[in-house]
Amino acid sequence: MSEAKKVIEVKDLVKRFGNFVANDHLNFDVYEGEIFGFLGANGAGKTTAIRILCGLSSPTSGLVSVAGYDVYKEADKIKKEIGYMSQKFSLYEDLSIRENIRFYGGIYGLSSAVIKESTRTLLEKLQLWEKRDTMIGSLPLGWRQKLAFSVAILHKPRIVFLDEPTGGVDPITRRQFWELIHEAARGGITVFVTTHYMDEAEYCDRATIMTEGRIVALDHPSALKKQYNADSMNDVFLKLARNKETA
Amino acid sequence: MNDIIVKAKGIAKSFKETQALSSVSFEIGKSELMGFLGPDGAGKTTLFRILSTLLLPSEGVASLNGFDVVADYRKIRHILGYMPGRFSLYQDLTVAQNLKFYAQIFNVSIAENYYLIKEIYSQLEPFSNRLAGKLSGGMKQKLALSCALIHKPEILILDEPTTGVDAISRSEFWEMLKRLQKEGITILVSTPYMDEASLCDRVALVQQGRIMAMDVPAAIPGLFKGKLWAASAGDNYKLLHDLRLLPSVENAYLFGQKVHFTQSDLPENPAILSENLRAAGNTALLISEVEPGVEDCFISLMGQTEKV
Repeated sequence: MSEAKKVIEVKDLVKRFGNFVANDHLNFDVYEGEIFGFLGANGAGKTTAIRILCGLSSPTSGLVSVAGYDVYKEADKIKKEIGYMSQKFSLYEDLSIRENIRFYGGIYGLSSAVIKESTRTLLEKLQLWEKRDTMIGSLPLGWRQKLAFSVAILHKPRIVFLDEPTGGVDPITRRQFWELIHEAARGGITVFVTTHYMDEAEYCDRATIMTEGRIVALDHPSALKKQYNADSMNDVFLKLARNKETA
Repeated sequence: MNDIIVKAKGIAKSFKETQALSSVSFEIGKSELMGFLGPDGAGKTTLFRILSTLLLPSEGVASLNGFDVVADYRKIRHILGYMPGRFSLYQDLTVAQNLKFYAQIFNVSIAENYYLIKEIYSQLEPFSNRLAGKLSGGMKQKLALSCALIHKPEILILDEPTTGVDAISRSEFWEMLKRLQKEGITILVSTPYMDEASLCDRVALVQQGRIMAMDVPAAIPGLFKGKLWAASAGDNYKLLHDLRLLPSVENAYLFGQKVHFTQSDLPENPAILSENLRAAGNTALLISEVEPGVEDCFISLMGQTEKV
């Protein structure tokens, strides 16, 4: 990993809202093609950090570059290099599958010919070609999320941000989703993912755990388990996040 | 099992062409903590809404403490506390006003049942004048639970109280449920997190409108048919694809830092499997038989209709 190229660099990132410190001196790098798990309790500051990395919010201080661009000055350039999907918002429910793809392709400036071609490849791969004119709202959640992921990487971004992409999805589809993630990472797309399913933390190349605005651990899941003498990432998480109370 | 307090027989519900529930039957004992595990769209909410008298079943009968969910719905509402998946308290009332409102509706005083919610509500008291809509997710959840408990229900129905909640708050929530159970309250709780199964007295695995299995957590692995194997290699993603190419491998899927797989009726010796996988370029290969977990069982039961 050390020879790999850094696609995200974060040095001393601080974000304050009034007196509240949402991100307290975060330091980490993410490498090209890596699956990077971003874990933490609700309110630990994950969403704040993701918004900064996506160019939607400026840090209070610190150096942050994404895909080689500075978040303070080149947020618009960053947006072209990234893809995003979350559990809460992914595709437009009252547009059909094909219309959603055309819409997102258009936003990212793909030509009609490219959109047409990739629509077919993408839908055939997901076995959804026959359903191309179905409204998103009537698709089962699992299919919708797999499709949303494929659409988020349609413009071949360098990094894709996934915010709880598998919430509520059944165990079979959750695994199919992770296979899509692995495939994208193999294709060189860096995957930055948050999840509350601790078994999914094990699929990551490296995982961070945030508590109260700070990164308290960052390593390969098996190294973290060893370090904290835990059987699973769930145990690592509970040990770290409860540290204060039990210590 | 203690005395039966919740009964469902042949419950079915359809919405136009969608069959949300088909012939669901079960019995739940008094002060049992019963978990309904399943993904979104499995039918858990529909079932809970029928039991909570908020939705009429298309077929079948159900009763709570002997009261029929259709005929005796008014009586049920006095003995039931229901916490829907979506926050549904009054966002423009304060924390204290919401609690008072629910107590008054049920004609009880907050003081008489305060012992039941003390541990939960005391964490909210510093914010008692804050509007419910301005609370954080975890706080909303605690307020909703307090309001669902203030009339001291015999049965508590909680629809996905831990969804989207981090692992720590989730384990705290379960500790809270255990305490309520000790007060003699029967609890029905749904969750998409399979690892929460072990915290319940019994669990029902729900998928596509049916209960695929219902038993004590320890009995769930016994539902798994055949042997389950776990493999790992330098590159699990490659391993997964190579496993699927082997004729004896039936089902293979990622599972944490392993790949789990099952074999057909004509299984191959693991030594030969390893040899084939090594020949395909897999390094640091390990294969061993493992005890199936709840999620493996869920996948296996689901697989009877769908393949990975």
